Amino acid sequence: MRKTTALRVAAAATAALLTATACSSRRGQDAQDTAAGGACKGQQTTGITDKTIKLGGIYPLSGPASAYGTISKGAAAYFKYVNDKGGIDGRKVQFIVRDDGYQPPKAVEEARRLVEQEKVFAVFQTLGTPSTAAVWDYLNKQKVPQPFVATGASVWGTDDQHPWTIGWQPNYVAEARVYAKYLQDARPKAKVAVLYQNDDFGKDLLGGFKKAVAGSGIKVVAEESYEVTDPSVSAQMASLARSGADVLLNVTTPKFGSQALAADAKNTKWNPLHIVNNVASSTAVLQPVGFKNVQGVVSATYFKDPADPQWAKDPEVKTYTNAMHKYAPDADPANQFNAYGWAVASSLHQALDAMKCPTREGLRDAVRNLKKVKVGMLLPGVTMSTGHGDAFPLETMQLMRFKGQRWQLFGKPVDTRKEFGPPAK
Amino acid sequence: MNTITTALGTDRARRPRAALTVLLTAAVAVGAPFYLAPFQVFQLTMVLLYAVALAGLNLLVGFGGQISLGHGAFFAAGAYTTAVMLDRYDTGHLATLPVAAAGCFLLGLGFGVPALRLRGLYLALVTLSFAVFLPPLLKRLEPVTGGSMGLTVDKLQPPAWSGLAEDQWMYFVVLAVTAVALLLARNLLRSRVGRALLAVRDNESAAEVMGVRLSLHKTLAFAWSAMFAGVAGCLYTWVIGFVSPDSFSFVLSITLLAGLVVGGLGSLYGPLLGAAFVMYVPSVSQDLSEAAPGVVFGLLIITVMFVAPTGLAGLPGRVLGAVARRLPRTTTTRAPIPEAAPAPDAEPESRAESGPPVTLTPADPAVVDAEPVGAPPRTEKE
Repeated sequence: MRKTTALRVAAAATAALLTATACSSRRGQDAQDTAAGGACKGQQTTGITDKTIKLGGIYPLSGPASAYGTISKGAAAYFKYVNDKGGIDGRKVQFIVRDDGYQPPKAVEEARRLVEQEKVFAVFQTLGTPSTAAVWDYLNKQKVPQPFVATGASVWGTDDQHPWTIGWQPNYVAEARVYAKYLQDARPKAKVAVLYQNDDFGKDLLGGFKKAVAGSGIKVVAEESYEVTDPSVSAQMASLARSGADVLLNVTTPKFGSQALAADAKNTKWNPLHIVNNVASSTAVLQPVGFKNVQGVVSATYFKDPADPQWAKDPEVKTYTNAMHKYAPDADPANQFNAYGWAVASSLHQALDAMKCPTREGLRDAVRNLKKVKVGMLLPGVTMSTGHGDAFPLETMQLMRFKGQRWQLFGKPVDTRKEFGPPAK
Repeated sequence: MNTITTALGTDRARRPRAALTVLLTAAVAVGAPFYLAPFQVFQLTMVLLYAVALAGLNLLVGFGGQISLGHGAFFAAGAYTTAVMLDRYDTGHLATLPVAAAGCFLLGLGFGVPALRLRGLYLALVTLSFAVFLPPLLKRLEPVTGGSMGLTVDKLQPPAWSGLAEDQWMYFVVLAVTAVALLLARNLLRSRVGRALLAVRDNESAAEVMGVRLSLHKTLAFAWSAMFAGVAGCLYTWVIGFVSPDSFSFVLSITLLAGLVVGGLGSLYGPLLGAAFVMYVPSVSQDLSEAAPGVVFGLLIITVMFVAPTGLAGLPGRVLGAVARRLPRTTTTRAPIPEAAPAPDAEPESRAESGPPVTLTPADPAVVDAEPVGAPPRTEKE
């Protein structure tokens, strides 16, 4: 008797569940993806209407790389600023920021959420090489644009399997070429010692540098690597000093950058020309070393540093500073990462304006067909260009030398495209 | 309706009720991927695979009484074994599972040796060192592991006959593996090995006197536990299709341990609850506060530990116990509520069996100690 009762309950429950499944399946939402008509027939218009455009971004707001999370604030401030001015081509931007804590599996989850639940038009920026590599297969399979990823690895441009993904900042190979070009002009017989971080970033830059100087009088005479988990790089610096090189290429992230600069300053017997890469070149890195110890250090950059008094009267930097005060009062406008977010968001604005069709396909094609697009936050002479066989928007950088209390730009912007051609795989 | 409740409430209705719970759980588990959006199915898949890792950790921490902060590394070892096999040797997906399991079992066996000499925090430190040292090692072994760029491999693809979407197929495969793994963990604990483990946890000397071989069981506990983590890692590679050293930082080990403690140490379905907590709470806390998701997450952990010191798995029992104490005695005619009432989200296994009673009682810490962390919820008590 009791058994029958229980079985009846089970049967009733199962029936109820099946009914619920049949009636209100949430899977049906799949079918809500929309397509365009007219000239752009069949292209995807998910996430974009005449009045709105929905973008999603995945940043490490928590975790080991959370310092970069503030890029999302710069970008969000830009979109708010544009919305108040009427939006992008009449479309108000809705920018959804999700946190992945710099963990690839979390990035996959958030990418799926943005695409399947939020129905975003594009995933505008994933930050970091691991997170980007974890989601790009999925996004390309779903045919969702992944424009302007926030990582400088060269693979985003050399790969031909992922047409929906594209980088933005000058890739590490391009940066290495800028230094190679500078040395070819200034010190054609240089003996170079390299300190690099043992990961994709360090190896990309070192490999690019070696290729760029191949066949010239410049020789790499010593290379030492370190792990991000190492406490210090003093041992590596001591060994590099013994090489007797006259140029030191410092390919490091901020913490190790200042350690290497300090070690170089301490060693009075060895005085190479010190080139520090862009990642570790912010004034915040140099300050603890002491400005008097870093005079003459060389680096390269591509966008305007909001903390640099040279740009205080620049209209774009002024707009940026005011907008940051208004829309992101808790963020520091002098922080370079905020300016980076602003610059990349306004680059996306340009790309959206250039779309032939207001569709995902339209954006995919627009970011791969940029012709010398000017962006206010970029240095004069630095423009975005892409085209067939060239999927790197920015490949121009300008050299700078530290003098007094700040960086001073010198020479002309170096267009690595012209000098070296497109980076090889 | 009233008769049903009464009928279900009695002790003699145990068997049908167990059958009912099994049926319902199975129906929900099988029906879910047809009802939920693909991204929610993906989340459920992740919950299941984390549950496998937590079940392994539970063997070691909850039942073995040893602390490991290195399970993220075993997880990584399983994930990388799978990825390397798929990437370099192009084996099928299914072939990678036994290899990852066996490899991690052996690795765990090796790591079980320090477990013999060290205990408590000292052992935790040794395992932590493994978790810290593995990612840089993976970066150095670039020819095999792809260095810091990691490896992108094919995900599990649904066969044409199934007619399922990719996420649904992955869900069902992971569900099957998880079900087998959880059953295995349960049966392991109810065997001699399990009883020996409990005895060792509660009092090593007493266990040795009773004839339990300490060295064997401590090492084996580590090996089994590592094997589960390795299986979870293998599933992870199937589902995510991408591994990189940064995916397996030592934070993963700590997350796993935290998930287990929150879910309920020494409980059979605690791993499932813990996995759900680890999976869902960070995104919920981000919805609550954009500015500081970490703070909300931390506060939620503290709240859970205050409200449910025995973990989420122990919560229903505690609540019902408190209710029973307050209710007037007249209601007690309806069977002893704390033991018989089903935990709402309980996994069926703990009740499915009404065969020979398991003699957990002598080793059960709840008898010795009023409120031990990691006391298993009292499910079998006949």
